[in-house]
Amino acid sequence: MNKIKVKLCMGTTCFVMGASELQELVDILPEKFGDKVEVQCATCLDLCSSSSEGQAPYAMVDYTVISKATVESVINEVERKLKNGQE
Amino acid sequence: MDKNNQATHLKKEILIKTIKAFLSNDFGENTRLIPFEMRPKGSEVPYRCCIYKEREILRNRIIASLGFTMEGADDRVLLSSYAQKALEREKPDEHTLTVLELACKGCVPNRIFVTDLCQGCVARPCLENCKFGAISIVNGKSQIDSSKCKNCTKCIQVCPYYAIVKLVVPCESVCPVDAISKDEQGHARIDFDKCISCGKCVSVCPFGAIHEKSQIIDILLKIRQGKKVVAMIAPSIAGQLPCNIYQLKTALLKCGFSDVVEVAQGADITAKNEAKEFNERMQEGAPFMTTSCCAGYNNLVDKHLSEIAPYRSETKTPMYYTAEICKQKDPEAVTVFVSPCVAKKSEALKNPNVDYVMNYEEMGALFVAYKIELSELEPTPFEVESSREGRNFGITGGVAKSVEAADNGKSEVKAHLVNGINKESIRALKGFAKKGECEFGNLIEVMCCEGGCVGGNDCLNTVRTATKSINDFTKDSKPIAE
Ligand code: FES
Repeated sequence: MNKIKVKLCMGTTCFVMGASELQELVDILPEKFGDKVEVQCATCLDLCSSSSEGQAPYAMVDYTVISKATVESVINEVERKLKNGQE
Repeated sequence: MDKNNQATHLKKEILIKTIKAFLSNDFGENTRLIPFEMRPKGSEVPYRCCIYKEREILRNRIIASLGFTMEGADDRVLLSSYAQKALEREKPDEHTLTVLELACKGCVPNRIFVTDLCQGCVARPCLENCKFGAISIVNGKSQIDSSKCKNCTKCIQVCPYYAIVKLVVPCESVCPVDAISKDEQGHARIDFDKCISCGKCVSVCPFGAIHEKSQIIDILLKIRQGKKVVAMIAPSIAGQLPCNIYQLKTALLKCGFSDVVEVAQGADITAKNEAKEFNERMQEGAPFMTTSCCAGYNNLVDKHLSEIAPYRSETKTPMYYTAEICKQKDPEAVTVFVSPCVAKKSEALKNPNVDYVMNYEEMGALFVAYKIELSELEPTPFEVESSREGRNFGITGGVAKSVEAADNGKSEVKAHLVNGINKESIRALKGFAKKGECEFGNLIEVMCCEGGCVGGNDCLNTVRTATKSINDFTKDSKPIAE
């Protein structure tokens, strides 16, 4: 099975709008899902330029974009993807 | 409450939009349109009863980010006129905080409340124990008459089912000095004679109803007018954004600041002076000395704790020395302290050498408005490099350590850290002053915010990661005592 790739945006807009909390996921995700996920902090994912900064911070779980991302919402998306993958 | 909640998110979004409006070719009109842009026709109404109220509250928030007081503000004045007035203002407003009445209304006053868990028991200890006759039985269950209840919480303690709860007003209960309370209309009011500008109510209000009055427009205007505007960056900034302080300097220069200096430079002077003072005081037989660099603590001493004033160091703050250096170098310079907290705004208002304060949220909003990608920037060096100790001032324990390092073994230093001002630590400080001794140490470092300045109400990063980044950064800096 392919690993789920999580990208956390640490670009300026996302960081100012609250990505600092997402840094916790670098520890939380591997603890929770082991090697089924791969997480990485990224520089600007270029999502902030197209829509309002009000939607930042952004994260990506494979190709799914999560706006106003929180620790919870990223975990939920990973869980959803893992469940779907197993079916 | 978590730092990254929707209320702070909203405030930052508004700051970005206000700054963008300023940078556009029609500040007034584009400011007027912000509430409509954020809640366009037909959009969903996330928080309030209707779109009109949402927009009105956004309008109020914008007025605060333009730097005005909301208490008693005139509803009829257009946002575009406020924007215009902000451009005409010569000095920032005196008080640092303002309450948005409209946003505040949703919160019930502090009271004791009987929940559905009440079993309507036979013993009725609540009824028996209420000294004020506030409890009666309605439909077999207890009920509290709020006009008689004195909030003594006796009934809560005696109920065998834990059925009675105390509803708290977050701002009232977090305020360490009882400076905020509800008026008859149920709106929170700040008593500025008591307020120490600690910013705790700003962080804790779930409705985001308490705003800092921003000076960002005043600062940007000075830059636009071609003045030499110098940014003085507080030590805690090193852990706030995904870049180092040299890239941060580049970013601020890009925004039009003429120079950027580290306040850690002033912190080095504070540490040295304070070490000298500490040594003298100890030789004269003083039982202890407290630090004096935290603005929230200084306000506390000045307004509520005069008994500890004789024990507080006379040494000035890092901001003081840094601003003095900047003004000596160029008396025409406009100085801006870049700050982790609102308390420094109150300190700056009393110091003629500090013209403005820009907090980290406002600075972050400025970078977003300018579309600056920090990690891509080239570094710019500082004229004066500060010491490791000075750069650590913003972390709890950092000030005490610098004083100890600057003292360089001359005195016997035993540090005691007061990590956060709250009712309990105020009581402890009062005790030290009254007894004239502190059993935990002779150098008491007081930080108003937990974690130190990295826990300030305007910080962007979490305390944990910010502290770690600062430690990583400072370990290669030069030591203070050489
Ligand atoms: S900063 Fe996150 S998408 Fe641009």
